[in-house]
Amino acid sequence: MTTHPLLKVRDLRVVFRRRGEPDTVAVDGVSFDVAAGQVIGLVGESGCGKSVTSMAVMRLLPARGVEISGSIELDGVELLALSDSEMRERRGRDVSMIFQDPLSSLNPVIPIGLQITEVLRRHRGMGKAQARAEAVELLDRVGIPEPRRRLDTYPHQLSGGMRQRALIAIALACRPRLLIADEPTTALDVTIQAQILGLLSDLVRETGTALVMITHDLGIVAGMCETVNVLYGGRIVERAQRHRLFGTPRHPYTHGLLRSIPRLDSPPGEKLAAISGSMADNLPWAHSCAFAPRCPRVLETCLDITPDAETSGGRLLRCHNPVPASAE
Amino acid sequence: MTTFTARRKARIDELAGGRSLTSEAFRRLRRDPVAITGAVVVGLFVVVAALAPLLAPHGAAETFVELKRDLRPGTIPGPMEGFPLGSDQLGRDFLSRMLLASQQTLLVGVLATVIGLAVGVVIGTIAGAFGGWVDTLLMRLTDVLLAVPHLLLAISVAALAANPSQTTVIIAVAIVGVPIFARLLRGSMLAQRESDHVVAVTALGVRRSAVVLRHMLPNAIGPVIVQATLTLATAILDAAALSFLGLGDADPGRAEWGLMLAQAQAYLDVRPALAFFPAVAIIVVALGFTLLGESLREALDPKGSR
Amino acid sequence: MLRFVVRRLLQVIPTLLLLSLLVFWWLRSLPGGPATALLGDKATPERIAEINRGLGLDQPILTQYWLFLGRVVSGDFGTSTITGEPVLSEIARFMPATIELSVVALLIAVLLGIPLGYLAARYRGRPLDVATVIGTLVGVAVPVFFLGYLLKQYIAVDLRLLPPSGRLSTGIDATDVTGFAVLDGLLTREFDASLDALRHLVLPAVTLATIPLAVIVRITRASVLDVLGADFVRTANAKGLAPITVRSRHVLRNALLPVSTTIGLQVGLLLAGAVLTEKVFVWGGIGTMLADAITLKDYPRLQALLLMGAVIYVVVNLLVDISYAVIDPRVRLS
Repeated sequence: MTTHPLLKVRDLRVVFRRRGEPDTVAVDGVSFDVAAGQVIGLVGESGCGKSVTSMAVMRLLPARGVEISGSIELDGVELLALSDSEMRERRGRDVSMIFQDPLSSLNPVIPIGLQITEVLRRHRGMGKAQARAEAVELLDRVGIPEPRRRLDTYPHQLSGGMRQRALIAIALACRPRLLIADEPTTALDVTIQAQILGLLSDLVRETGTALVMITHDLGIVAGMCETVNVLYGGRIVERAQRHRLFGTPRHPYTHGLLRSIPRLDSPPGEKLAAISGSMADNLPWAHSCAFAPRCPRVLETCLDITPDAETSGGRLLRCHNPVPASAE
Repeated sequence: MTTFTARRKARIDELAGGRSLTSEAFRRLRRDPVAITGAVVVGLFVVVAALAPLLAPHGAAETFVELKRDLRPGTIPGPMEGFPLGSDQLGRDFLSRMLLASQQTLLVGVLATVIGLAVGVVIGTIAGAFGGWVDTLLMRLTDVLLAVPHLLLAISVAALAANPSQTTVIIAVAIVGVPIFARLLRGSMLAQRESDHVVAVTALGVRRSAVVLRHMLPNAIGPVIVQATLTLATAILDAAALSFLGLGDADPGRAEWGLMLAQAQAYLDVRPALAFFPAVAIIVVALGFTLLGESLREALDPKGSR
Repeated sequence: MLRFVVRRLLQVIPTLLLLSLLVFWWLRSLPGGPATALLGDKATPERIAEINRGLGLDQPILTQYWLFLGRVVSGDFGTSTITGEPVLSEIARFMPATIELSVVALLIAVLLGIPLGYLAARYRGRPLDVATVIGTLVGVAVPVFFLGYLLKQYIAVDLRLLPPSGRLSTGIDATDVTGFAVLDGLLTREFDASLDALRHLVLPAVTLATIPLAVIVRITRASVLDVLGADFVRTANAKGLAPITVRSRHVLRNALLPVSTTIGLQVGLLLAGAVLTEKVFVWGGIGTMLADAITLKDYPRLQALLLMGAVIYVVVNLLVDISYAVIDPRVRLS
């Protein structure tokens, strides 16, 4: 592993301010690294801050009503200090993103071809013909049949899987160093999901692009990511290598997430463990652990003191009463 | 340990804090300055209209010697003792006419809207509840009514009467609203028909009329009520336009802002106040209904404000 | 594409048929029956009987409707009771004035409305947006004829900046070629006539443009706001495209789809507004013709204008639908 990570996020904090309403802290002191060619996962239920984190890295959050602090370094360059136009130069070229809903993420009234070539022409300075030729190649590489003919079709004429492939082609057009995939398969059928994930893995391996996988689906994480960050209430509650995290989850939340997945080797008739309740917003970490109201291992301390993140043996953990390492 | 459980529960409640959709809508309305402005204007208008006979010092048709004395081509007497706003073009008390006119304007606007709404709701309910050829026929009919530009439609209906009157104005303006209400209600009825809760009560064997009237209509009526508020504004403006074209209320004993404005145009260079007062009154009232309607629409839209 | 056009054309036919039925019924429910209504003051028992025979009112109702349809299709709307001239030739004579006025008003509304609506959306919540929104609300609430009189009184009569009424000043020698005064001046190289016609156009066109302008601004603003929040705009930004590309190709192109429909709908407002505006500015177009017809109970005129207004409205919206299909690929295929 290189000493100099490609993406270095430190103490990222995103606060939404709306007039007449209390501030919402969406991301609260998140730090993580991604090395070139590495695949990491950001996991959590909706509202945990994983998407906001990715939008902050892309600097795609609205300028008004949002306060971002901390540091986001890409290859040694502080992204939060860049001007809008400097950031625009980097988006799509050095760092790009794939979104959840491929239909609504593509412009409905212009053909697929133009949506690919416009990135190539913007960032790689290609001419019209050259960009078209490159677009055909890109579509071919993401597994779209008859790529030349597809250039002139519109998004609604493609199937869901094909649309996501087109979006991947757009994202990878300029061979970015970092790719962020925000729930890239949630809107797709299960069989298509596997195809798209396979495609992403292959492309990342071939091109050496680092990948940040954002998902609520632990199955995806288990199959792809080297390091997994589990987010709750805008903070990372546990981070570990994939095998260690899945083998011995220490945070009660991670533990609960893993136990809520049906397993083939569990005895028939055994009840699935559900995590009761749902997550709340505003200031969940003020003078307590945000997970405490739902936690099966909750102690009196959890309601009085905010747990700090502690790192030991390559594992980050934010809990007063973690699951013993021997459990399971 | 009891305190611990209690504290934990308190923390859960504190974090949950959810509200229902309707109370959320009202909460938003109460804090929306636009909604408050609209409501205040409309409220004031209704109060003045209701109390107009008490507030007005004189009758709408009464002429006064003091006013008529100075009335000649090129001069209309302005404010004087006993007549705070002066005279109108015929030697009547302008203030009394302004006040009394609010009542007629409200009457015309509300009656026209309510009649249009009632007929539109019946058509829309039948079309939306039954579907099929009934729906097709009724919607073709509303298509045709919508195909005629709305003022043109009002004009042609009003022109049918041998003598224009308040009734013809109300009917003409009401007919313009019918296709709009019918279409809107049908649309939201159709959406209701597909919805799970209606499918559920139908599956339970509830009578069809009960399903339509008790389960579909109440849920579908929201956008129609919003539209009615907005239509009140256009109804008042359309009535004024009809008056301007000579299709308004011909009864000289009644004052109505639209008619007053239409007749005052000829004296714009002599006494502009005769036109400005009713004009501003119409604009403010129309604006009030529009603001109220728009903020209602926004508040009822669960997707949030825009 | 062709199939779409044909299908839309076929859909218009029942609407037009129903419309003719409505006008037919309207004519029959006129006070005193159609004959009296058509003749107006010149009604004598003999003439009434003659008209009744001529209109086939002694025939069965279906035959009557058939005859009526035949007359409508051949453009026979009878003669005006005011002028005694065939209504159709009157319309042909007055039409250019109204078209000229409406086109200029629509141009003002569109060319001013779309940029204003776009800017309001882009600077949402800032002073420009707030002012624009208030402006559109007030614009719709002001009675058209009152605004017309205000402009006429203060700009034309008091300040003498522009002519108060009519289409051309007296003493201007203009050759009539097309009936469009501004265009005629250009065609015949009588530029002073063109300029004079243009000066006459300003106030009526501004008056007529107010409501369509307010509506177009509102729809554009709402539509742009909608598109600005769309996922594909986020994608476009994530691609790092130049701001101008994002705005034109991704935001405007999508946002203008609903606006184009609205522009079609404005034609109805223009026709109705023309009645009021033309009366204020003594414009001498279809609107004046209609206003006079109302005052003098000229039912043949009213009937023809009513039918014509509806047909124009239907046809324009058909054209809008078709052009919509050209810009929006999704409509073409569904």
